[in-house]
Formats: sequence, C-alpha cells, structure tokens
Amino acid sequence: MWQYILRRFTYMIFTVWIISLITFAVIQLPPGDYVSTMVSQMINSGMDELPPDFEQEVRAQYGLDQPIYVQYYKWMRNIIRDGEFGYSWIYRRDAKDIMVERLPASFAISAFSVLFIWMIALPIGIYSAVKQYSLADYTFTLIGFIGLAVPNFLFALILLFISYKYMDQAMIGLYSQKYETAPWSLAKFWDLVKHLWIPVVIIGTSGTAGLIRTMRANLLDELNKPYVDTARSKGLSETTLLWRYPVRHALNPFISTIGWILPSLIAGELIVSIVLNLPTSGPVIFNSLMDQDMYVAAGFILILSTLTVLGTFISDLMLALLDPRIRLS
Amino acid sequence: MDMTVHEQAVVLGMHEESELKLEVATQWQLTWWKFRKHKLAMFSGGVVIFFYLVAIFAEFFAPWERTQYIAEYVYAPPQPVHLFDDGKWSPHVKGLTFERDPDSFKKIWKIDDENKIPITLFAKGAEYKVGLHWMPVPYLNDLYFTTSRHLIGAKDPTQPMYLMGADKSGRDILTRLIYSTRISLSVGLVGVGVSLMLGITLGGLSGLVGGWVDNVIQRLIEIVMSVPDLPIMLAIAASVPLDWSVIKVYFLITLVIALRSWTGLARVVRSKFLSLREDDFILAAKLDGAPQSRLIFRHMLPSFYSHIIASLTLALPGMILGETALSFLGLGLRAPAVSWGVMLQETQKVAVLALYPWLLWPAAAVITIVLAFNFLGDGLRDAADPY
Repeated sequence: MWQYILRRFTYMIFTVWIISLITFAVIQLPPGDYVSTMVSQMINSGMDELPPDFEQEVRAQYGLDQPIYVQYYKWMRNIIRDGEFGYSWIYRRDAKDIMVERLPASFAISAFSVLFIWMIALPIGIYSAVKQYSLADYTFTLIGFIGLAVPNFLFALILLFISYKYMDQAMIGLYSQKYETAPWSLAKFWDLVKHLWIPVVIIGTSGTAGLIRTMRANLLDELNKPYVDTARSKGLSETTLLWRYPVRHALNPFISTIGWILPSLIAGELIVSIVLNLPTSGPVIFNSLMDQDMYVAAGFILILSTLTVLGTFISDLMLALLDPRIRLS
Repeated sequence: MDMTVHEQAVVLGMHEESELKLEVATQWQLTWWKFRKHKLAMFSGGVVIFFYLVAIFAEFFAPWERTQYIAEYVYAPPQPVHLFDDGKWSPHVKGLTFERDPDSFKKIWKIDDENKIPITLFAKGAEYKVGLHWMPVPYLNDLYFTTSRHLIGAKDPTQPMYLMGADKSGRDILTRLIYSTRISLSVGLVGVGVSLMLGITLGGLSGLVGGWVDNVIQRLIEIVMSVPDLPIMLAIAASVPLDWSVIKVYFLITLVIALRSWTGLARVVRSKFLSLREDDFILAAKLDGAPQSRLIFRHMLPSFYSHIIASLTLALPGMILGETALSFLGLGLRAPAVSWGVMLQETQKVAVLALYPWLLWPAAAVITIVLAFNFLGDGLRDAADPY
C-alpha cells in the first residue's frame, strides 16, 4: 500500500512539473509581451516622445529580456521558495493576492458541483438500473442526455436571458452587495453558498449524464451475477439485498470519476463565470490571456491544474482503500 | 402438438435457414442487424446524415446567397410561413414594415398583413455550382453544373424572406445557419481524423510493445487527461496572430480541440490490443507463421473497427462543442468564417438577446446535432460487439 501511494505521489509531482512547463510555454506563445502592449498603448494615448531605449529598460526591469528558461527558473523558484507568483501588470498588484481573492469561489463552485452530480446521479443511476427500460428510466436518460448536449455557456446564456427578461437581476452574481468587497468570513461564505446554486446547476447538469450511464451499466452488470440470486433465495429483502451488495460494488466509478470529472468541471466553471461575469477565476484568466498579463494567467492555470491532479491523486487513494483488487495489483 | 411431419420439417428447415444465415453473416452484417433494432440510434443516424447533406449542399438549402444582406432589415423578426390564403393553397410570408421608436430611434418591426410575399419550393434565386468545381485538379473540376434553384424561397427573389429573422447587418439567420454547418461539422471530422491517428498510433504502440514504451505513453495520457483543457486551449487560441488566414486559424483550432480527445481512443485501442494478444485466434495465426504486420492489420485491427467507430462518434460532439465555445468567446474562428459559435457571439450581450431572441437559433442546431451524435454513438457502441 505504501509503495502504491509513493508511486502515485511521484507521478503526481512529475505531472505537475510537466504542467508547469506546458503552462509557461503556452503563456509565452503570443507574439510580443506586455511591454510592447504597454508601449503601443502609450503611443496611442498621445505620448510620442518615448526615450529610445525605454522599451529595453522596462523589459530589463521586469526580467523579460532574459532567455525563457531563465524566466521559467525564476518563476518556479519564487513560487516554491516564497510562494510568490509574480506581478500583475494590469492590476498593479501581486498575482498571489488576486488568486487568493478569486480562487476560493472557484473551488467552492467545483466542489459543490461534484456533490451535486453525485446527489443527482447516484439515486437516478440506481433507479434506472433496477427499473431498467421503464418509463422513468427512459425519461431520466433523455434528461441526462439533454444536460450533456446543452453546452454550459448556452445554458448560462439561457438562464441569464430568463432572469433578465422575467426576474430582477439579483439572481446573477456570487455575493450580496454588502459582502462583495468584504474580507473572507463565515458570513460571507454562507452568502456565497446561497448564490452558488446557479453555476453549480449549470456545470453539474453536463456531468450527471455520464455518471448516470456508468452507474446504471455497472449496477446492471452486478445485478445479473449469481451472488444476487443466492442472496435472494436466502430470503433477503430486495432493498437490503440491493444496498448491501451490488450498489457497494457499483460505487467504484463514483470515486474514480472525480479524477476525470475535475478537469471538465474546472473548464465548465471558467466558461460559465465568463458568461455570467462571476467574480471567480474565469474572467481574470480570460482577460489576462487577452492582455498578456502572463504571471496572472500562468499562476491561475498552474494552481487549477495542480488541484486537478491532486484531486485525481486523492480519488486514486480512496479507490485503493475501498477496493483491495487495485491496492494489491 | 398436431403437427404433420411435413410441417415439422418446414419449421425446422426455416429455423435452420435463419440459423445458417446468422452463422455465415459477416461481422459487419451482424453489427448492422443489431444496430437496426436501436430505433433511437437509427433515427439519430438519419438526423446526422441530414445535417451533413445540408452542409454539402448548403447552396441549395440556403434561401439566400452566403454574404447577401438587406441593410434596411437590421434585426428583422422571423416571418412565419402561412400555407393558405382565404382557404386556398397559397404559401406565403407576410411583409414587414417598421416605425422608429421616438425615444431610442430603434426600428420597431410590424407584420404587414396586406403585403403577402408568395413563396415556393425550388424557387429561382442566385446561381451556384454543384459538382467538383472546387477541386484543384484539372479536368476533374470541369465536372459541375450550374443551377439557380433553392429549396425554398420567395417567388420574387428581391422580396425579403427571413424565416428565422435577421441579424445585426440584415443577413438571413437561416442562410447563415445553413452555411455554418459546413465549418461546425467539418471541425469535428478533421479533429476526429487527427485524434484517430494519434490514438491508434500511440494506443497501438502502448498495447503491442508494452514495457517502458507502454509506461511512458500511459503517463503521457494521464498528464493530458488531468490538465484542465480549457485554459490551455484559451491560451493557445489567444496567441493566434490577427493576420492569419481563415484556413490557418481553422486548422489550428481543430488541432487544439483534437489534442484533448485522442486519449480516450488510445486507451480503447491499448486495452483491445492487450486482450487480443492473448486470444486463441491470434495465437493460431501466429503459429501459422503470420508476420507481425499481418497479425495487426489483418487479424487484430478488424476485430475492433466497430469499437473505434463508436468511440469516434462519441468524440465528435465534444469537438463540435469545443469549437462552438471557443468561437463564442471570440477566440476561435473569426469572420468571414461563419460557424455556430461565431453566430452565437452576437448573443453575448444579454440585452441584445432579450430584444432579438431569434439570434439563439444556432443553439438549437448545436443541441440537436450533439444529441444525435450521442444517441448514434450509444447505438453503435451497443452494436459494436455483436457476438
């Protein structure tokens, strides 16, 4: 078991390292950098008399004139040693502060989305398997598929449209006005939870269909096994029988799916917050990518990816704890 | 049982015949028979074929020319089709008039009950070519004919007919919707091609060679799967220079979308190769002295073509949605290219959407085709293993 944990842990560290490389490389892709954006903005706003080596000096000041691997090394060193993610040129603040401000809401949305998906998919999956080919089975399957087929951003758009047309605007947003700029507190968190359900429902619906299908298929496999007949012939009631054996067997995908659900949840959260303009990481990542505010974008992407990988790692561990077949192989 | 010997023989014979038919049927036949039973999947297959036909013959299905517009008719509402006039068969739409809102100077459209614009099937409109004229191959590209018939249109082509309303420059939404199926649907096909190549090559290597190669490829797949793809896709898409041509952007976006979907296929291929390696019929072929390449291409791959097709069908909707989302955010394709996502960009401002809800029509197309692909893929997956 320890060996298994150690191996998974090494893979995780390796994955995070690769992700940091990819992130940094991708962030560097756009032609030019923030300094060139800044200079063209200054020229546009009427400053035509810039010192000839102004651009070079600013670049040197921010270390942008160094080769990319030196920049990468410094970036990583500062994160690991000091927990510093660099400076945001647009917001004129430390990237870390922006992340502390924005990321908790993103996590909350993703975590509640996982809970939402489980709460919906577990009972429906079980019901659909037990009452296979019933009207309810077909209905749930259809609804699940529609949830899968309606892209998150469209769902968000439609909700936005309805709330704009038929309700007051209050439905959109994550905090009540008085908490908007308040520091984090228990009351603010509770306020967040009350507003959270809209993005959670939007993001959750796209994930439930897949999980319902897996749960249904797994449970159907289990229900046809001889041990179920044995238990039934021994006089066990249907409910006890169902919950004591096949359901527990079929539960594996619930744990293992966290791993592959998380990336899509994060992606869903991003796009929904961009559409609804929620004060989470989505709009910040989008804007920083557009304006080449590279440390902000890289920091957010790195942290979100790391947490995804961490989520997968934890789900692997839980799976190994639950299922000795995985632990021992 | 009062059955004569003769009757019994007939029943038996029929039974044997059907069993015989089952025994000699090829794998594809069996798959088809099984697939045919899945009514929803059959229907969805029809929908998919219809969408691709619309994409191929967009000029015919679209009532208008691709770039045609009437500047006056900015945000004109949809004109419903009336089939009868005073109880007589006379399909028509009603004309539109507008007055200015005294405060905002916005056009307020009204249906003009007096002005009836007759419409007809196979109406004459702009000329277009059907055939192989677009091929850059001499002689082959002479194989085309010119026609001016459109599936539906006003009898007088200069009269406005906005069956789904107009957009901000007075273009017909229906026409744009039909032309954008080309890009929206082909992005999926090209993307599937890319992920098919990656998936089969890497999955095959992983399953056949095994050892450290397998290990490296498995780690690679795990990494790709655990990266939240959207931010990376956004970053790559944001880096596209503004002066790139439509074609270049198109292929880059397709590639970006394909890069995240090959992993699932690679896993299927790997697990199939792993289990097939141990199978009796492979062992038999090996003992017969078949070389490795024959083992792979003649015996192993054909035994799970149907699985590959099913996973590809299930991968398509994800790609279509990916392109739509990127273009919606303004990071995907740009005008003059038109896809469903590009059309939906106009709906980003909720105030615009509230005034002109018909701009949301492309969403209906997206949802329909994604559902159809999902049901079709589901049916194919069920039918993939007919034994």
